[in-house]
Amino acid sequence: MLKCVHYINQFFAGIGGEEKADVKPELRKGVVGPGSALNAQFKGEAEVVATVICGDSYFNENEKEALKTILDMIKSENPDFVVCGPAFNAGRYGVACGTVANAVKEELGLPVVTGMYEENPGADMFKTKVYIVPTKNNAAGMGEAVAWMAPLALKLAKGEEIGVSSKEHYMPNGVRTNFFDDKIGAERAVDMLIAKLQGKPFTTEYPMPSFDRVEPGKAITDMAHARIALVTSGGIVPKGNPDHIESSNAQKYGGYNIEGVDTLDSEHYETAHGGYDPSYANENPNRVVPLDVVRDMIKDGEIGSLHPYFYTTVGNGTAVASAKKYGEEIGKKLVDDHVDAVILTST
Amino acid sequence: MVKNIEKYGIPVVHVCTVTPISMTVGANRIVPAIAIPHPLGNPKLSADEEKVLRRNIVEKALKALETPVDKQTIFE
Repeated sequence: MLKCVHYINQFFAGIGGEEKADVKPELRKGVVGPGSALNAQFKGEAEVVATVICGDSYFNENEKEALKTILDMIKSENPDFVVCGPAFNAGRYGVACGTVANAVKEELGLPVVTGMYEENPGADMFKTKVYIVPTKNNAAGMGEAVAWMAPLALKLAKGEEIGVSSKEHYMPNGVRTNFFDDKIGAERAVDMLIAKLQGKPFTTEYPMPSFDRVEPGKAITDMAHARIALVTSGGIVPKGNPDHIESSNAQKYGGYNIEGVDTLDSEHYETAHGGYDPSYANENPNRVVPLDVVRDMIKDGEIGSLHPYFYTTVGNGTAVASAKKYGEEIGKKLVDDHVDAVILTST
Repeated sequence: MVKNIEKYGIPVVHVCTVTPISMTVGANRIVPAIAIPHPLGNPKLSADEEKVLRRNIVEKALKALETPVDKQTIFE
């Protein structure tokens, strides 16, 4: 019989809730809490031989030590595989499960499965690194979660081939798997179209990224004293593109000091952007980042002041996740400099 | 980028040519631009005329930032 070690938090171990979230890692022999549901789903092929428990706060605040202790505890039981959670929508627990699972895979080289709600921050952090089974957002989904996690863990432990995410029920991890479907693509597409026309449910094979919304920022009441910042996805960079921002699918953004610069002239600036004819932007980079008129307007008293840097990346084929990250980082810098409003230009 | 900057509460005006993309992505204040390769310019104009054009767009962008909105708005 295969041996499994199960990682859970203080809450599922019955130690306590938030007030006990600082408990240190502890190893208990056999099953604790949701482990019994796992055991039932292993159907005699595997058994939870030990359970490692750690408080969610303790783990996240002392990640290095906690992780080392937890890995030592897991190793001491010499298991064939490891299961973490499920964590549902508990953020710190999800991050802990993902971190432990990733370390089990990377450092102990053992098969591992975890489970959590898709919006748990641990999901985005680790879904491309370890197998994460999507679950409901609360523990009412325990039975269903374990019913997917156990067979996937068993398959991994036995070294069997893992199929596509939609069939094996794990979060898409960016790895493409080739397989022969019963129906050819054309048939599947027509089936989907008919279902759609009939208002019946269908599952897309190529989901579009979801776009969330944000609350509009408050209107500026006194522009003559407002601090403005310029940001662009049009790829304007100092000549020579010193940070080597990629012409498509940019992996970074740049921030360039424009104190004392009155205009983005073609002698000192250019665009790094692919996918559009760069000649107009190179001829006059103000056509993309209107620094020249913003300077004029500051002189004329229409705008208060300008943030000393402009931020730039290339929007061409750049991943939503990258753009999000750049926005977050740029936004933080703007907040720190008390910027009131942003003009963001796109090509 | 627009949204993740605006998440901090800073209003962002998105000056872009393909406004439907901006709508889909979720910018709240949108000002249409001239063309994809020269959003705030027009190479057919003289340098002076072009600068006036650019200033008009930036003024429109400032106007957008000064306008309270409760939903996605394109400032034509």
